[in-house]
Amino acid sequence: MPSVCFYFQVHQPCRLRHYTVFDKDHRYFDEFKNKSICRKVANKCYLPTNRLILDLIQKHQGRFKVAYSVTGVLLEQLAEYAPEVISTFDALAQTGCVEFLAETYYHSLSFLYSRNEFREQIQKHSDTIQKMFGYTPRVFRNTELIYSNDLTDAIESMGVFDGIITEGADRILGGRSPNFIYNSPRNQRIKLLLKNYALSDDIAFRFSNRGWNEWPLMAGKYSDWVSRVNGNGYVVNLFMDYETFGEHQWKDTGIFDFMHHLPEEIMRNPDNNFKTPSEVIASYPATDVVDVPGLISWADTERDLSAWLGNSMQSNALHELYRMEPNIKQAKDEKLLNDWRKLQTSDHFYYMCTKYFADGDVHKYFNPYDSPYDSYINFMNVMGNLETRYKKKELVNSK
Amino acid sequence: MLGWEFPPFISGGLGTACFGLTKAMSKLGLEVTFVLPRPVSSGGESVHVKMRTPADINYQKISLEEEEYERNLKNIKIKMIDSPLRPYETVESFKHEIEELIHAKQTRCSLLHISEQSKAEAVGHYCGDMHSEVQRYAAAAVRLAMQDDFDVIHAHDWMTYPAGIAVAAVSGRPLVIHVHSTEFDRSGEHVNQTIYDIERAGMHAADKIIAVSYLTKNIIISRYGITGDKVEVVYNGVERNGNGLNFGKIGINKDEKIVLFLGRITMQKGPEYFLGAAKKVLEVMDDVKFVMAGSGDMMRKTVELAAELGIGSKVLFTGFLRGEDVRRVYEMADLYVMPSVSEPFGIAPLEALNHDVPVLISRQSGVSEVLTHVLKADFWDINEIANKIVAVLKYPPLRMTLKEHGNFEVRKLKWEDAAQRCLAVYNQVVCEPACV
Repeated sequence: MPSVCFYFQVHQPCRLRHYTVFDKDHRYFDEFKNKSICRKVANKCYLPTNRLILDLIQKHQGRFKVAYSVTGVLLEQLAEYAPEVISTFDALAQTGCVEFLAETYYHSLSFLYSRNEFREQIQKHSDTIQKMFGYTPRVFRNTELIYSNDLTDAIESMGVFDGIITEGADRILGGRSPNFIYNSPRNQRIKLLLKNYALSDDIAFRFSNRGWNEWPLMAGKYSDWVSRVNGNGYVVNLFMDYETFGEHQWKDTGIFDFMHHLPEEIMRNPDNNFKTPSEVIASYPATDVVDVPGLISWADTERDLSAWLGNSMQSNALHELYRMEPNIKQAKDEKLLNDWRKLQTSDHFYYMCTKYFADGDVHKYFNPYDSPYDSYINFMNVMGNLETRYKKKELVNSK
Repeated sequence: MLGWEFPPFISGGLGTACFGLTKAMSKLGLEVTFVLPRPVSSGGESVHVKMRTPADINYQKISLEEEEYERNLKNIKIKMIDSPLRPYETVESFKHEIEELIHAKQTRCSLLHISEQSKAEAVGHYCGDMHSEVQRYAAAAVRLAMQDDFDVIHAHDWMTYPAGIAVAAVSGRPLVIHVHSTEFDRSGEHVNQTIYDIERAGMHAADKIIAVSYLTKNIIISRYGITGDKVEVVYNGVERNGNGLNFGKIGINKDEKIVLFLGRITMQKGPEYFLGAAKKVLEVMDDVKFVMAGSGDMMRKTVELAAELGIGSKVLFTGFLRGEDVRRVYEMADLYVMPSVSEPFGIAPLEALNHDVPVLISRQSGVSEVLTHVLKADFWDINEIANKIVAVLKYPPLRMTLKEHGNFEVRKLKWEDAAQRCLAVYNQVVCEPACV
C-alpha cells in the first residue's frame, strides 16, 4: 500500500451552431466545429495517450491499470469523426487492465432535475459500454463529480453499482484524508472513492506551470510524494480529464514522458501498486463515514455548483429544459428526444457562467462563445425551436 | 485645456467627457483653464457657470452660481471665445450659422474684444467656412494664453488642434492632444481633406497623444503615420449618478417593450442598422417600440427610412434630449442599442448601464474594449442585432444578469483613473526636454 487508482474523464460536448430566433430548421449542432475539435483532440490526446497506456500495460505485464469514463455524446462523435479512437479504447478494454465507469450518457445534470431521466441515461450509457467494449460498469461517477448523500441513495436503488467516485473536498472531509474508503451515513454497502485533489492537480493543472516551485515535475519526485501516503491510507485516487495529456498540457511540456516513466517509478517501491476502482472497492474496507447533505463537485476552487448554476440565466435554461421532459417523451419522436438530451450536456450551462468571465481565465479557454450571454441566447433559441416541434406533434395528436 | 463643448451646452459625448475629466482633475488638485468656443448667446443666464469671454480676462474672478459646481470644479476656470464653432458640425450647417452670426454682429456690438484690429480681421475672415473660424479661434486662444500661466496644453479634437499648436509655439509649453474621434470615424472613407490635414498636423506637432481606445490608437497609427509609442490610451469614465441597482423598476408593467437608440442621428452612429434590426424584430414580436432619441444630419433620411420599411408607427423620434429627459427615457428602456459604424469610445452605453439598462453595442466601438457584461454584434449584422434584441425582450433572466453584472462593471470605469492617467502623460511631457 498505497494503491494508485487512475481514472480519466473522456468527454467532448456536442456544440451548438449559431442559431438565431429567425432560424426555423432543426439542425442545432455545429457539425464542422465538432468534427474539427474531435479530430484535433483525437490526434493530440486520445490516440497518443491510448497508445502510451497500452504500451505501459504491456510493458508492466498487467501491473499497470487505469479506469475511464467515456461519455455517450463523445462516443457518438468518435464513431463518426474518429473511429480509430474507439478501436484503441477497445484494444485497451481487451487487456483486462482497464475499467470503464458508468455515468449519464449525455454528461448531464439530470441528477438535479429529473431522477427518471437520470436513471434512463445511466442505463443507456452502461448498455453502450457493454455493447462497444464488452464491459459492464460497476462503479458510478456523476457529471462533474457532483455528489450528495442523495446520490448514494439513487445509485443504490439501481442495484447494479458497488461504488461512487467523487471529489475529496475539504469541507466534507474536515481534515481527514481522501486516501481511505468512505461510506455515506445512510448506506454501508456503496463505497465512496474520493479524489486526492492535491496530487491530481499537480499533474492536471500545475505540471507545466513554471512559476510553481516544484517545476519541473519528474516521475521520481512525484512517486516519492505518492509513497509518503504509506501507512496513512489505502489508495491515492488520481482523477482528471483525459485531455490533460496533450491538450491541456501540451506534448512539449513533457507530460507524455512523465506518464511513460511514472508506473515504473511508482512500483519501484514494492509497497505500491495500481488498482482500478472496482479492485480498490474489493480490496479495502470503508473506514469512516462522510456526510454530504449539500451538493459538491470537482469544479474551481469552490468545489460547488456555481459554474453551472451560478446565475439566473443558467437556472432558467435548466429549468426550462427539464420542464419539457413529459412533453418530449410523450411525443415519441426519437430524433426529438435525442436533440433534447444533447442539450442537457453540462457544458452548455458552463458556457453561461459569468463567475470569472471578466478575468478571462480557464473558463474562457474551453468556451466556444464570446460571452456567456451569447451562449444563453443561442441555447434559448434552440430550445424555443424544440418547443415548436413537440407542440406541433401535440396538435396533430389531439386532432 | 482647449475644448469644443462643456455642459450644459452639449450635443454629444465630448462635453460629457470634458466635464467628467476636468472634475476628476480638479479633485487631483490640477488647475485647469478651459477655453471654449461658443457663440455668445443672449440666454447666458441659464448657464450654471458664468462663462468668461475674452473680454473678462482681466477680472480674475469667476463667479459660480451653484454650490456643487464650486466644490467639484474649484480648480477649473472656464473661458469662452466668441466663435460659432460647434462639434459635430457639417460645413453646410456651419455656413448657415455663420450667416446668422454675421447678421447678429451687424445689429449689436460684438462681445469679442480682442482688439479693434483683430475684430476687424476676424469679421473680415467670416467668409462662411468653418476652417478659417478654426484659425480665428486659435488666434483668440493665443491671446488668452499669453495672459495666463500654465504647464501643459491639452487640446480636445481637431477644431482645437491649430489653437493648441499656436499656443504651444507662443508659450513653449508641451502640447498633448486628446483624440476623441477622427475624421475616419465621422465620415468613413469620404474624409474631408482639410480636416484630415488639421488632425494630422496636430498629431505630428503634439508631444504626446491621448487616444480614447485602442481602436482609435490603431487609426492614429495606421492612418496618420504616428508611431505607437507616442500614443497613450486613456479610457473614458462615467459619473456615478444612480443610487445603485434600481430593482423597483423591474416591476413596472408596460404594455410595450422599449428599445432605445440614444445619440446623434448621423452616419457614424448607424441609425439605418437600428431600423433594419427593428424591422426584423417586428417580424417575430409585436409589442415593441423603438425610440430614437437624438438629432443629426441623417434625421430626415432616418424618418423616411422608417416609413419605407413600413415600421413608422413603431419608431418614435424624440429629438435631442438632455438632463431629466435623458433619465426618463433610460428609465423606460428595456434595452439600449448602439449600432455605431465607428465609435472611438462611446460614453452613452456606460450611462445606460448606470441607469440599469442592459446594453447592446457594436463591436466597432472603443467601449467594447472595456465592457464585457454587455451584448455585442457587428454593426452591419442586423440579423444578429435583431436576434439579440429579441432575446433581451423575451428572457427576463438575461436582462437581470446583464444589469447586475453590467452595473457592477461600469463602476470600475472612473474618471479619477482617467485623470490620473492624463496626469501621468503630463508628467512625461513636462519632464522631457521640448526638443526631444
